[in-house]
Amino acid sequence: MDRNWNNKAWFLVLPMLVLVAFSAIIPLMTVVNYSVQDTFGNNQFFWAGLEWFEEVLHSNRFWQALGRNLIFSGIILAIEVPLGILIALNMPKKGVGVAVCLVLMSLPLLIPWNVVGTIWQVFGRVDIGLLGYALASLGIDYNYVQDPFDAWVTVVLMDVWHWTSLVVLLCYAGLVSIPDAYYQAAKIDGASRWSVFRFIQLPKMQRVLLIAVLLRFMDSFMIYTEPFVVTGGGPGNSTTFLSIDLVKIAIGQFDLGPAAAMSLIYFLIVLLMSWVFYTVMTNLGQGDQR
Amino acid sequence: MLELDGITRVVGAHIHISDVSLKLERGTLNVLLGPTLSGKTSLMRLMAGLDKPTHGRLTFDGVDVTGVPPQKRDIAMVFQQFINYPTMTVYENIASPMRVAGADRKTIDDAVQNAAELMKLTPYLQRTPLNLSGGQQQRCALARAIVKNAGLVLLDEPLANLDYKLREELRAELPRIFAEAGTIFVYATTEPSEALLLGGNTATLSEGRITQFGKTIDVFRQPRDLITAQTFSDPPLNTIAMRKMGTSFQIEGGFDFTVPPHFGSIADGAYVIGFQPHHLSLTRASAPSAAIKATVTAMEITGSESFVHLRYADARWVMLTPGVHDFDVDAQIEVFLDPQLLLVFDSQGRSVTNAHPSAAQEALHGTN
Repeated sequence: MDRNWNNKAWFLVLPMLVLVAFSAIIPLMTVVNYSVQDTFGNNQFFWAGLEWFEEVLHSNRFWQALGRNLIFSGIILAIEVPLGILIALNMPKKGVGVAVCLVLMSLPLLIPWNVVGTIWQVFGRVDIGLLGYALASLGIDYNYVQDPFDAWVTVVLMDVWHWTSLVVLLCYAGLVSIPDAYYQAAKIDGASRWSVFRFIQLPKMQRVLLIAVLLRFMDSFMIYTEPFVVTGGGPGNSTTFLSIDLVKIAIGQFDLGPAAAMSLIYFLIVLLMSWVFYTVMTNLGQGDQR
Repeated sequence: MLELDGITRVVGAHIHISDVSLKLERGTLNVLLGPTLSGKTSLMRLMAGLDKPTHGRLTFDGVDVTGVPPQKRDIAMVFQQFINYPTMTVYENIASPMRVAGADRKTIDDAVQNAAELMKLTPYLQRTPLNLSGGQQQRCALARAIVKNAGLVLLDEPLANLDYKLREELRAELPRIFAEAGTIFVYATTEPSEALLLGGNTATLSEGRITQFGKTIDVFRQPRDLITAQTFSDPPLNTIAMRKMGTSFQIEGGFDFTVPPHFGSIADGAYVIGFQPHHLSLTRASAPSAAIKATVTAMEITGSESFVHLRYADARWVMLTPGVHDFDVDAQIEVFLDPQLLLVFDSQGRSVTNAHPSAAQEALHGTN
C-alpha cells in the first residue's frame, strides 16, 4: 500500500522519547556500561567484557539469594492470592459496610515500606513488642534477630499484612462487576456455592487475578526495604534477598562492575518470570478473553 | 397453573409491585408489557422466587410456593444479558441444568443435541460462550432453559440486547418452540409490537400494577383505560380533550364529530379521546371522518411509511401514513380521523368504549 510518510510526525513523538530516554533508557545504559568495565575511584575504566557476568553466575552467593527470592515469592503468592480471594468473596456488596471495608483494606497500602518495616520491627520485639512479648509469654520461643525461621515468619507476615489488601481490592473490583443475573441464574439452576465460585466468580475474576499475581510477584521478587529494616538480611544470610545483596555489593563493597552485571541478570529474571506468568495465565483461560 | 393472589412487594419506601393477581394457564404464552421500571422484572423475580412478596400468595398447580426458594421450584429463566457459564463449553452449558438434576448421560446427550438443533447451535457445541456472537450466546441461554423442561419459563426481555435482524428471527421462532413444550411462558417486553407479534395473552403493567390482562389482541383493541392504551401504543397514543354535547363530540380547538352510534348512550360531559397514529390519514376514508387542520412539527421517513409529527391546539400527535411524504415543518396540512375508531375515556381514565364492546369491535373490524 502506498503511504505518504510525514516526517514531521516524529516531532510529536519526540517529547515522549526524550522522557523515556531519561527515565529508563539512559540509566539502563549506564548500568550496561558499568557491567562490562572495571571501575576505579578516580573515573578510571578498564574493559572487562563479560567477566563480571561470569563471576556473578558462578558465585554461590548469587544462587542462594536467588533461591531465597523464589521461595519468598512462592510463599507470598501461595498465601496472598487465596487469602485475598477469600476476603474479597466475604466482603459486603452493598450498604455502609462497603465503605468501611474498603477504607480498612486500603490502610496498609497507604503506609510506606520503611514505616511498615519499622512497625513490625517494634511489633515483633520480645522485650517491648506486642507480638513478640505475647508469644514469649505464651511460652513460644520467638526471636527474629536470632532464629532464621522466625525471621522468615516475620518478613512473610509483614508482607501478607502489607499487600494482601491489594489482591483483595482487585478481586473485589472483579466481583462487583459480575452482573446480578449470573447469581440469579445460578440460584435457579440450583448451583452450589462452590459451583458459583468455580464457574462464575473465578472465570470472571481471571483478568484481575492475572494483574494481582503479576504485581505481587514482581513486588515480592524485588523486596528490599522491609527485610532491610527488620532483619538487615540476617540472621546470617538467611533473609538476604537479591536486592539486599546487590546493595551490599554496590554500596558496601563498591564493586560497581559485578553489581551492574547482577542488576542486569536480576532485571532479566524478573522480565522472564513475568512473561511466563502472563503467558501461562492467559492461556489458562483461552477463549475467555473477549 | 400459576396463580398470583394479591402479590405486593414493598422495598423500603418504594412499592415495586402493588396488589397483582393473575392466573396463568399451562401451555400459554403470557406477555408482560410495560415501560422500563413498570415492574416487569420485579414481578418475574417474584414468580421465580428470587424475591419474597411482602403480601400475597403464589400457588403453582394448587400448591402454595410463596416461600419456596427458586432451586426447589420448577422454573427456568432467561435474562436480558446473555448469561452462560463462561468456562464451560456450549454443550456443558446446555447440559448443566440436567447435570444438577442428576440425569443419566444418554438422556442428557439426547436433550442437548435436540435443543442445540432447535437453536441452531449444533456446530458450536464445543466452543465456549464468549467465542460466540451475541445472538448465539442468547440462543445458548435459551437452549438451557429448554432442556430444563420446567413448568414455568420466564423470559426477561431476552431479545432486547440483540440486533434487529436476529431479534426478528428469534422472535418468530420462540412461539413455535414454546408451543411444543406445554409449559407456562412469561415474556417481558417494553415493545407493544413484540407483544402483538408473539400473540398469546398480555398483561400491561404500569407503576407496579397490572392494568389489564387478557388475550393480546383484545387488550390491544379494547384497552380498559387510558394507561393501558398508552402502554400498548408505540408511537404513543394520540389524545385530546373532548366534550360530549347531545349528538356531537366537541373537540378542543374547534372541530366536531357526530357521535358514532355505539357511543350514543354515554352521558354528556368531559372525556378524553384517544386514537392510534395509523388512524389519522391524509385522505377521507369514510363519510363521517372529520377534517382537522394541523401543523407539521417534524417528519420521520422509514422508506415505506412516514411518521408525521403534528401539533393541533395544545396537543402533540403522530400520524403514521403509508408512502413517503415530504411536508415542510410548520406547514398546515389537513388530516382525517374516523370517529368510529376513537377510544373514549372518562375523566378517571376509564374506557367507555367497552360499554359496547361488540359495536366497537364491529367498527374496528369494518375499517381495518
